Amino acid sequence: MLRIPCPWCGIRDEVEFRYRGDALITRPSPDAGVEAFTAYVYGRANPNGWHTEWWLHVSGCRKLIRVTRHTFTHEILRAETAESCRPLSGGAAS
Amino acid sequence: MTRGPARIGLGLLTDSAQSVRFSFDGRWMPGLAGDTLASALLANGQRLIARSFKYHRPRGIFTCGPEEPCGLVDVLTPGGREPNQLATTLLLHDGLHAESQNRWPSLRVDALSVMNRLSGLLPAGFYYKTFMRPSWAWERLYEPLIRRAAGLGRVGPSKEEHALSVETVHQHTDVLVVGAGPAGMTAAYRLGRSGLRVVLVEQDVVLGGGSLLDSRWTPWREHMCTLLDNSPSVRCLPRTTVVGAYGHGVFAALETPERKPPNRTMIRERLRIIRAREVILATGATERLIAFPGNDIPGVMLAGAAQGYLRRYGVAVGREPLFFLTSDEAYGAVFDLHAAGIHRMAVVDIRAESLAAERARALGLDVYSGCVVNSLVGRNTVQGVRIAGIRSARQVERAADCVLMSGGYSPNVSLARQLGADLHWQDDTAGFVPTLGAARGRIAGAARGVIGLAASARDGDSIALQVATAFERAAAPMAEISIPADAPRSQCLPLWEVRGRGKAFVDLQNDVTADDIRLAHREGYEHIEHTKRYTTHGMGTDQGRIGGLVGSAVLAQARGVPVAAVGQPTPRPFVQPVPLAALAGAEIQGRLKPKRRLALHDWHESAGASFVATGLWLRPLVYAREPGWEAVLREARAVRSSVGITDVSTLGKIDVQGPDAARFLDFVYANTFSTLPVGKARYGIMLREDGMVLDDGTTARLSPEHFVVTTTTMNSAAVLEHLEFCLQAVCPELDVLCTDVGDQWAQFAIAGPRAREVLGAVITGLDISNDALPFMATASATIAGIPARLFRISFSGELGYELAVPARESLAVWTALLEAGRRLGIVPYGLDALNTLRIEKGHAAAPELNGTTSADDLGLGHLLKRHGDFIGRTLAQARGSSTQGRLQLVGVRPLNGAQQLRNGMQLMVPGTQTPVGFITSSTPSVVTEGWLGLALVSAGRDRMGQHLIGASPLHDQTTPVEIVRPQMFDPENARVRR
Repeated sequence: MLRIPCPWCGIRDEVEFRYRGDALITRPSPDAGVEAFTAYVYGRANPNGWHTEWWLHVSGCRKLIRVTRHTFTHEILRAETAESCRPLSGGAAS
Repeated sequence: MTRGPARIGLGLLTDSAQSVRFSFDGRWMPGLAGDTLASALLANGQRLIARSFKYHRPRGIFTCGPEEPCGLVDVLTPGGREPNQLATTLLLHDGLHAESQNRWPSLRVDALSVMNRLSGLLPAGFYYKTFMRPSWAWERLYEPLIRRAAGLGRVGPSKEEHALSVETVHQHTDVLVVGAGPAGMTAAYRLGRSGLRVVLVEQDVVLGGGSLLDSRWTPWREHMCTLLDNSPSVRCLPRTTVVGAYGHGVFAALETPERKPPNRTMIRERLRIIRAREVILATGATERLIAFPGNDIPGVMLAGAAQGYLRRYGVAVGREPLFFLTSDEAYGAVFDLHAAGIHRMAVVDIRAESLAAERARALGLDVYSGCVVNSLVGRNTVQGVRIAGIRSARQVERAADCVLMSGGYSPNVSLARQLGADLHWQDDTAGFVPTLGAARGRIAGAARGVIGLAASARDGDSIALQVATAFERAAAPMAEISIPADAPRSQCLPLWEVRGRGKAFVDLQNDVTADDIRLAHREGYEHIEHTKRYTTHGMGTDQGRIGGLVGSAVLAQARGVPVAAVGQPTPRPFVQPVPLAALAGAEIQGRLKPKRRLALHDWHESAGASFVATGLWLRPLVYAREPGWEAVLREARAVRSSVGITDVSTLGKIDVQGPDAARFLDFVYANTFSTLPVGKARYGIMLREDGMVLDDGTTARLSPEHFVVTTTTMNSAAVLEHLEFCLQAVCPELDVLCTDVGDQWAQFAIAGPRAREVLGAVITGLDISNDALPFMATASATIAGIPARLFRISFSGELGYELAVPARESLAVWTALLEAGRRLGIVPYGLDALNTLRIEKGHAAAPELNGTTSADDLGLGHLLKRHGDFIGRTLAQARGSSTQGRLQLVGVRPLNGAQQLRNGMQLMVPGTQTPVGFITSSTPSVVTEGWLGLALVSAGRDRMGQHLIGASPLHDQTTPVEIVRPQMFDPENARVRR
C-alpha cells in the first residue's frame, strides 16, 4: 500500500486518495483536433520507472497533488501541490 | 505417569504443576499447560498424526514450529470443525478435541493408503494427462473423485462466532523489528534506548528465537526480556506473525492471542496493520530437510525440532536417535539430547571431518563421517537406518527409533523478497541470502546469512545503530550484557538428496518427490516457477519452507547448473495461512460498509417504506412492505392524476461560486450556463473528455456568481471529484470554489396536476402562479416558516416543484406539505414509482447513463453548444460524424401489452440470432395498458415502428416488441408547463 506524503496533510494511506492519472500531459488547445485529443485521452507512456501523476486527496484536504512515483518499486520521490506546478493548463473556457 | 511417557524433563514453556487433558481421534491423553498439541502427542508416544495429501502415507510431526508440513489436524469445538490447525503451534488447553485428517475409516487403517502402492502410476502431472477425455467427465466425475481422495481438512459451515471474535488494530511506530531472536532483541533494545518507538514482533509464544535452544544463552535471554519489558518505548508482540510486507512501511501481522475456553467472546485473531518508518527483518533461518528414501515416515524429523521438543517441553522424541547432519550448528541437538541422558545415539555426517564431530566422539558417540543415510528400516515407523559411505558401496545397518536430520539452514527471505530484495548464493551457509536497499528495509542476523547466535546479536546491534543514525539519534549507552561466544565451527557441506529406491520427498505437505521434480524437468518445465506449478512443490500451507531449496537443488542438478542459477520461486503474501475472518475483521454483514440514511429515514420507515440501497444510501423504494407492482402503480397514478411527494435528498448538490463560476460551468457542461438568467434553472449534461456522458442534472443560478449544481445520486462523488480536478489541473486560472452541500440540503419533489395547490397552501411571500414562476424558474421562499429554495423542475413529466430545505428542518416542511395535500389525496412515492414516471417520459437515468452512451446516443445531441470549448467537445463531435450502428435510446412496447418486459432483455430482428440492442429500463405503465421500456438499440432512431423480438433466455421468455420514441407519454412536454 502506498503511503503518500500529502504536502497539506502529511503522510496518508493511499485509500484516502483518488488516482487521477498522468500529470505531465496537458489538455490540447480547443482547436487542436481529433488526433491531439485522442492522444490526450488515450495515449499513455506506461513507463517502467518514474511517473508523475495526479492524486486527489478526497478523504483529506480535497486538494490535488502531483506525485512522482516509481512504477516498479513504488518509491515516491516527491509530492507537490498542484499550485506549485503551474502553469500547466493548455487553455480552458474560451 | 500423568505427563506422558516420553516426558523426560522440565520444559521452558511447560508448567509441570498444571496438567490438562485432551483427546486425539477420541483417545484421551494427558498433557501440560504450555504444551502444543504436537508436544503433548509426542510426550504420549503418539507418532502417527496424519495421512498425507496425495498418497495417504502415514505421517508424524516433522518440525517444532509454524513451518510444519505434516501435523495438520481438525479441531472440534462447540461451534463446529476447524480444519488444518497446525499441531506444532496449537496450544493445548483442557478439553481440546483434535482429529486427524484425510483418512478413512481411521488413521491407522486408511483405505486410500492403497494410493501409495499405486504411486508409480501417479507421478506429477498425472491428473493433467489422464483425465482429459471425455471432457464432460472432468467436472462431473473425475474432479469430485479426486477431491475426495486428496486434500487435507474439510471446511465446516461458517461460524458466526469466529467473525465476531476477530479485530483489526492499526499501529504506528518508528521501527518495526520482525523476529525476536538474538539479532531482533538486541536491535529492539538498542533502538528503544535511543528513544525511538519500536514494535518487536515474534511469531513464537515467547521471545528468544534461536537462543531458546542454547542453555548458555538462558541468562542473556531472561535479562533481555526484562530490559525490553521495562523499556517504555518498546512494544513486544509475541504470538504475532508478520504475514505480508506491502511497501512504504506497511505490514500486516496476525496475532493469535492465548485462548482459554469457555470464554467465547475472547479475541481469536487480531490483524495488526503496522505502519513503520523503518523496518528490521530479523526473521532468522529455517532448518531444511534432506531428500532420502523414506524421509517422511513417522519418526523422521528435523534435528532442531527434536532439540526444541526437549528444551521447550521436556519431551524426548526418541530413545535411540540417529542424527543425519551436514553442519556443526546442527550438533547442538546432539549435545542437548546427550546431556538429557539419551546416550544410545549415533551421528551420520556427510563431511569427512569437523570440529563438532570431534566433540561428539569425545562424548563416546558413534560418528559416521563422510557417510549418508541410504534408506530406512521399517515401514510405518523408524526401526533402523542403512548407512553408506559417500564413496563406497558398503552399507551398514544400525538400529534407531528416530532419524533427526539437518540439511543446513535457509534464511527466511519471504518478507525481504516481498520488499524487493535480491537473492545471492552464499557458500558459507549453502543458501540464498537477501540484499535489500536501506530505503526499503534492513535485514539482520541469520536472516541475512550470519552464522552463530553471538554474531547475530552483534549484527542486530550494528543494524540498529544504522537505523538510529538514520533517525539522527545518538547511540545510547547500553547495559553490559555478557554474550556467550560462538563455538569455532567447521564449514558445512550441502547435501540435498540421497538417491535410492523409494520415495524421497522434497515437499511433504503436497507429496512431491525428487523424482517428480526430475519428471517436470524432463517434460520441459525447466524454470523453477514452472516446476513449482507443475509439481505443486512449495505450494502448500507451509510454503515449502523446509524443502523449497532442496527442490531447487534437485532441479539444478537435473539441469546441470548450480543452484544459484535456478533460484527460488517468488514468495508473496501471506507467509502463513490467514483466516478470511481475520482479514474481514468487524467489517461483515451490516458493518461491511456504512449506511447513509435520509434525514427523514424514520418518517419513511414509520410510513411503511421498503428501502433499497443505492450506493451507500437507503432510499424508500415503495411505501409498502409487500413486493409487487400494485403499490408502485398506485403511487405513480396519484402523481399523474393528483399529486405526490418524494424525497430526492440523495441527489448530489454542489454549490459553485466565484467570479468565473459561469465560465467554469460552460467548460464542464456540454451546454451553456453563462446565458442562464438569475432565477432560472437549466438541464445540463456533463461529458467526459472522451465524449461520453458523465452525468446529468439541473443547475440553477441563484446570483450572477452563484450556482447550485445537482447531480445524480450515484455520481455525486465522482462529479465533485471531476469538478475539483478540472479546477485544480485543467483550468486553475478560473476563480471558482466548489462545495459539496449534499448533506446540508434535503430536497423534495412535489409533482402532479395539483402540486401548485399544495405548495400554495404552505408557501408565504412568493407568487407561484404559472406566470410568476414558470417552468424552470427558481426562487427563494419560506415554506412552513422555514427558508427554502424552490425550483420548478420536473422529472416525472407533471407540473412539479423541487424544494430544497436545510436538512435539519426537513420533517417540519415534509409534514406541512403532507398536511396541505391531505384533502387532495397526496401520496408519498418511492423510487420505483419515480422510475415508472421517468420511463414513461423517456428520461435517461443510471441504466442509460452507463458510461458508453454519448449525448447523441441519448437523443441529447442538440444540447451540445456550437461555440466555445468544453470538456468532451472534440471527441463528441468526432463521434457525431460516425454514429453508424451506435446504440441509441429508444422506447419499447410489447405488441401484446400484457407481456412483461425485463431489464437486460436482448432485442433481435425476427429471424436472426444476433441482438441489435437490449432493454435498459422497464415498468408497467400507468398511462397505457401494459408494459413500457427504454432500450439501447443499434441505429435505434431509424427503427421507429419496427418490430423486434425481446428475448430473456434466463426466464425462457420471448416477447415481440415495437420500437417507439422514448418520450412515450406527453411528448410535447405540455403538462410540466401548465
